[in-house]
Amino acid sequence: MISRPKSYLFTLLLTAGLGYPAVAQDVPEGLQEDQCVVCHTDLEALPENFVFDNVHMRPRMSCAGCHGGDRTTDDEEIAHAGDFVGVPTAEAIPSFCGSCHSDINYMRQFQPSASTDQVSQYFTSAHGQALRQGDENVATCISCHTSHATLPASDGRSSVHPFNVPDMCNGCHGDAALMAEYGFRTNQYGDFVESVHGTALLERQDIGAPACNDCHGNHGAMPPGIQSIENVCGMCHVNNAEFFESTPMAVAFAEEGLHACEECHGIHDVAKTFDDMVGVGDESVCTMCHDEGDRGYEVADSIHAQLVMLKSVQDSAQVLLERVQNIGMDDVEISYSLRDANESLIQARTAVHSFEPEKTGELTDKGVESARAAMAMANEEIEGFRFRRFGFGIATLFITVLTVALFFKIREIESSRAS
Amino acid sequence: MAESRRKFLNILIGGGIVGWLASVLYPVVSFLKPPALPEANVSALKVGPVADFAAGSSRIVKFGRTPVLLVRLDSGDFRAFAATCTHLDCTVQYRTDKKDIWCACHNGIYDLMGRNVSGPPPRPLEQFVATEIEGEIVVSRLEA
Amino acid sequence: MELPRSQRLFAWLDERFNLSPLIDFMKKKEVPIHRHTIWYYMGGVSLFLFLIQLFTGILLLLYYQPGEASAYDSIRFIMNKVPFGWLFRSIHSWGANLFVLFIFVHMFSTFFTRAYRKPRELTWVTGFVLLVLAMAFGFSGYLLPWNELAFFATKVGTDIAGVLPVVGDAIKLVLRGGEDVTGATLTRFYAFHIALIPAIFTVFLGLHLLFVQRQGMHEPESVAGLPPERKKMIPFFPNFLLRDIFAWLIVLNVLLFLSVFFPWELGVEADPLAPAPSGIRPEWYFMFMFQTLKFIPPHVLGIEGEVLGVLAFSVAGLAWLLVPFWEIREKDSDRLKPMALIGFLALAFIIVMTIVGYLV
Repeated sequence: MISRPKSYLFTLLLTAGLGYPAVAQDVPEGLQEDQCVVCHTDLEALPENFVFDNVHMRPRMSCAGCHGGDRTTDDEEIAHAGDFVGVPTAEAIPSFCGSCHSDINYMRQFQPSASTDQVSQYFTSAHGQALRQGDENVATCISCHTSHATLPASDGRSSVHPFNVPDMCNGCHGDAALMAEYGFRTNQYGDFVESVHGTALLERQDIGAPACNDCHGNHGAMPPGIQSIENVCGMCHVNNAEFFESTPMAVAFAEEGLHACEECHGIHDVAKTFDDMVGVGDESVCTMCHDEGDRGYEVADSIHAQLVMLKSVQDSAQVLLERVQNIGMDDVEISYSLRDANESLIQARTAVHSFEPEKTGELTDKGVESARAAMAMANEEIEGFRFRRFGFGIATLFITVLTVALFFKIREIESSRAS
Repeated sequence: MAESRRKFLNILIGGGIVGWLASVLYPVVSFLKPPALPEANVSALKVGPVADFAAGSSRIVKFGRTPVLLVRLDSGDFRAFAATCTHLDCTVQYRTDKKDIWCACHNGIYDLMGRNVSGPPPRPLEQFVATEIEGEIVVSRLEA
Repeated sequence: MELPRSQRLFAWLDERFNLSPLIDFMKKKEVPIHRHTIWYYMGGVSLFLFLIQLFTGILLLLYYQPGEASAYDSIRFIMNKVPFGWLFRSIHSWGANLFVLFIFVHMFSTFFTRAYRKPRELTWVTGFVLLVLAMAFGFSGYLLPWNELAFFATKVGTDIAGVLPVVGDAIKLVLRGGEDVTGATLTRFYAFHIALIPAIFTVFLGLHLLFVQRQGMHEPESVAGLPPERKKMIPFFPNFLLRDIFAWLIVLNVLLFLSVFFPWELGVEADPLAPAPSGIRPEWYFMFMFQTLKFIPPHVLGIEGEVLGVLAFSVAGLAWLLVPFWEIREKDSDRLKPMALIGFLALAFIIVMTIVGYLV
């Protein structure tokens, strides 16, 4: 038997001299003794989509950790004997993954606060229930997490990273042929991409914006029901949901079987809101149910008028502010006051969901007051720029007197000289 | 007659010069006197003696064009952040009971390090420095 | 007998500095009075405006903070927090414009009365240098508030300097302190404006005034040819000096009126990353050159139009500087006086192009 350093030297010589495939260079450190990895790399028989950065590719786990077999031998027969599992069937996958992930005693070695309820949650989801019924087309663990490129959700390369989730779900939910079997629509992705959430997440790359799983859940994925939709939206849009919950409208919606937020804002295609959404104009959502003459119609109209009023006062104040800045007068307090007006407008827009003109009016009145105060200050500055300075006419007066006196003095000197 | 006219003219010239000098000197002297805030860009702002701030209290101070939230933690330490919510520029406040920084507009919440922890804010609050100098709290910008 | 105290002081000084010849010189100094005398005031008014610029400039220095982050804010601070800061800033801005205007008037009056002729060639040359320096004062000072208009005007202005063949790029680089107009340019322009240009200006102004004192006032031909008994002369001291002061007071009044009733605005802070706004214009005294460059077609005889334009202005400037040395002497029989024609054409060109620049 050759001692270790010598064997290393021997390999080196071989690889250098004979162009022998340098297995050791491809396999990351720590896995070079793992015969599953060594052999499969060598034979270029690694699974499709396999990456070495895969969370499971660590010593004492790696291939055999899931697939069983003997990682210590390079004998193909021995390695693939015993508890070896080849490719598991879709039906077997939850328990295949769950053998570790549902075992807290095992999992806490790696993550003391790991949750181990993924598999049990999965079987509450539409996917899991269908799998139970023997439908092998539905999503299992590996449909989302991949089989051999499994990475934590925080890793940008991961299939379950928020930026990648919409695409990943769309892999099945955008497949018209597959969805036709279940009678599902396939426009969710297209709607989402255009929506305020989709643009924030995918274009602005704002990780705070929701991906599919933030509303539908991760492992227990289901569409939110009528009762839960306002809670789902309310997780982020807290104030809006709170206002809405306590209105008679919430009760009426539930009675009519209407979905709270969705009826006005849509589902996957939630658009950026604007002031004309409320009111009685063409773009109003209120007039979908309320007609001229009923109370809701009046409320919508007056709330809209309040918002428009504040916005227009604010805009005029903004113009004055820019003028003040341009002439170089003091704009600090004006800016502060306009900030307050803007804050009131933002709060009033949220308070629209109370559907009480008294509530929104209180806020818009406050905003109008701040904006008017800003305008008054701005006008004062502009006036000051023009007129306060008339006071300086005194100096001009002195100079004029001096000039006139000098004129006569010159005449006097010159006439006395001439005479 | 000519004599009195000359005298009058001289008085007028003398008075004119004096008045003119005064109207030059007054603005110049006023100009030389530094205004209350002696600098264009506020770099440090005295906000009052330490004793004025109870532990667990907060105050919003106007740091030039930026409102700054000054918080005295229960531990007695001072923290200062731009009081402008990173979502839509509303003014944030310190909640003594919940020990967080909160924006009333959309329920955005920041922790006491100014990090956005929940709600819509996309970024942490801009940090300022609160230093105690001879028993007085001075707020200044965080040097880049 | 004891002399009065003032005379003793004078005697004391005279003993040490030999002042008497100077006093004699001043006593004897006389100024001719005729129908062109009004033009004699223009130089004095320019000098007066220079002193105002110096004075208000020093005041502004007390609060101005050069630098990309602070320049704009410090001017705003001067304008609305410092007592009378708005006034001194406004006077400095208006004064700069009147300063250049009066130098132009002074120069053209000198040209048309042929005052540049022997022995005053060097007075003309130093005067022209002073005009160029005054324009440099204006150009460098314009950027200091760091507002949008000034930022882009500086960009365009230094670009034009950059088209000069061979030396253009080097000049542009030195002016800008880098490839682009940045905070570094601001620092440089500040140095030019408050140190470099004033230093050079003072030297040339000293020479210019010295020449004028040594040679006395120039008399136009129509006056010089008159017999002595028909010439009217007045003593410089105090008569003409009082007249000078009279003119200065009127100018001061106009300057104050403009500063108070049409206070200079501040504009929007420069943002180097923002696209150039429309209507970028240089100061009015650069307008005729700016507008001419716009009119020259992109290519003339295989040379880039802009290069040609800048070269043409350089040559014209040089020719103007050297007018006393190549002047075309007219004959009495000439109905058209060639120099008057040249001067008239130059003046008309400047006025027309300036007006066109503001209308287009």
